[in-house]
Amino acid sequence: MVDPSALAAGGGTRKHTQYPYVTGTSVLGITYKDGILLASDTLGAYGSTKRYKSFQRLTKVNNCTVLGAGGELSDYQYIVRLLEELADDDFCMDDGHHMKPAEVFSYLTRVIYNRRNKMDPLWNSLVVGGWYAGKPFLGSIGMIGTHFTDNTVATGFGNHLARPILREKHRPDMSEEEARALLRECLTVCYYRDKNSINRFQIARVSAEGVDLGEPFALPTNWDHALFRDPAAHAVGTW
Amino acid sequence: MSGIGTGYDLSVSTFSPDGRVFQTEYAQKAVDSSGTVVGLRCKDGVVLGAEKLIISKMLVENSNRRTFPVDRHAGVAVAGLAADGRAVVDRAQSEAQQYKGFYGHRIPGHVLAERLASYVHVFNLYWYVRPMGVTSLLGVYDEEGPALYAVDPAGTVHRYYGTAVGKGRQAARNEIEKLRPGELTVREGVRAVAQILHRVHDEEKPFEAELAWVCEESGRTFQRVPQELVDEAERLAKEALEAEDMDD
Repeated sequence: MVDPSALAAGGGTRKHTQYPYVTGTSVLGITYKDGILLASDTLGAYGSTKRYKSFQRLTKVNNCTVLGAGGELSDYQYIVRLLEELADDDFCMDDGHHMKPAEVFSYLTRVIYNRRNKMDPLWNSLVVGGWYAGKPFLGSIGMIGTHFTDNTVATGFGNHLARPILREKHRPDMSEEEARALLRECLTVCYYRDKNSINRFQIARVSAEGVDLGEPFALPTNWDHALFRDPAAHAVGTW
Repeated sequence: MSGIGTGYDLSVSTFSPDGRVFQTEYAQKAVDSSGTVVGLRCKDGVVLGAEKLIISKMLVENSNRRTFPVDRHAGVAVAGLAADGRAVVDRAQSEAQQYKGFYGHRIPGHVLAERLASYVHVFNLYWYVRPMGVTSLLGVYDEEGPALYAVDPAGTVHRYYGTAVGKGRQAARNEIEKLRPGELTVREGVRAVAQILHRVHDEEKPFEAELAWVCEESGRTFQRVPQELVDEAERLAKEALEAEDMDD
């Protein structure tokens, strides 16, 4: 049986998702002693344009799981809808069952991988974070279905900018305050160095008390460096 | 009560000479002889309560559910044949899911009630099916506020401030008419429902009360009423009944 959506007029190959349009940048995730924290900024970029400045890229899936996404944000919204439908089904079953973080992670990996195999990927880097049975869960899924779990994860630019800091300073038995401070440090670096980012962040926490999607906040930055004040001073032939 | 519909009662697609559809009336009898189910539409939510007769000591408590969530903001309590009730609930859940998938919005109460009524009605039209032997009390909290609907085996739907179906419905409805449900909070409603269920219940047999609500306190989500509230309501209900007995 041929999949009709694979047939194109004129018998040529049908083009599917080739590139993303409205994108989110890094998502960071770390474990701490009593839970996990996910962090991201609230930007939906349209290429270089900072188009949507209060786009929430972290979602509560259920009382023990949070999802963070970078990449094509319409695909992220579709994924959130799939998860909401699953959660509603669980609710109506009314047997006390809800999806565990590892189950959400497995499910999303399979969704992403299967779309990739149809050459029509969901163009996202996902982070699934949760707390279940007294243990933290933190997993990362790439747009082709590569997936793994770890104590610290980062997507996109976060991989290059945040992970070195996390490698040096992260400990799984940190307190929440230490963990938040570490994330703020990483977010600051990401904001300084990632062109497609804004100074408006959100940190989500999952712990035994459930999910807390924090209020957006800004971080202090310093642009008062000598070279910034007079950028042309040492440049030969600036334009 | 009803005449013997000799010859006119074999099929739901047959009217009797005096304009009755006996099969539907017989389905109604299935509801009338089941455990009482009460619904109250209070000022901040809807409370549903079912009298569950314990048919065997070997039954695991709380296992035989009579209230079911249909979507986050709505739920159903059924009276009558339990298996038919499940079929109706399944359909309601499907309708709610499909509506949300299509419109991106949770199904409004009146739409759900009418869809359910249409569905139940279909079983009254064709000779190769039989009517559903259930009345479903539907409690919803949507943008218009809390609402209570009842869908009977014929597929008729009405919207109520308070209603009761099942064995003890007459006595229960009398009790409800003495209340002003629209002025009660759901917590008061829970106590009222518990009291009504205990009052109309035949004392000889053991029973379990299953209460569910959708209200401001539950975040407009349909859920079982927290056990402490149910226990307290039942305790007060029993005390009230004992006090009345002592007065006699």
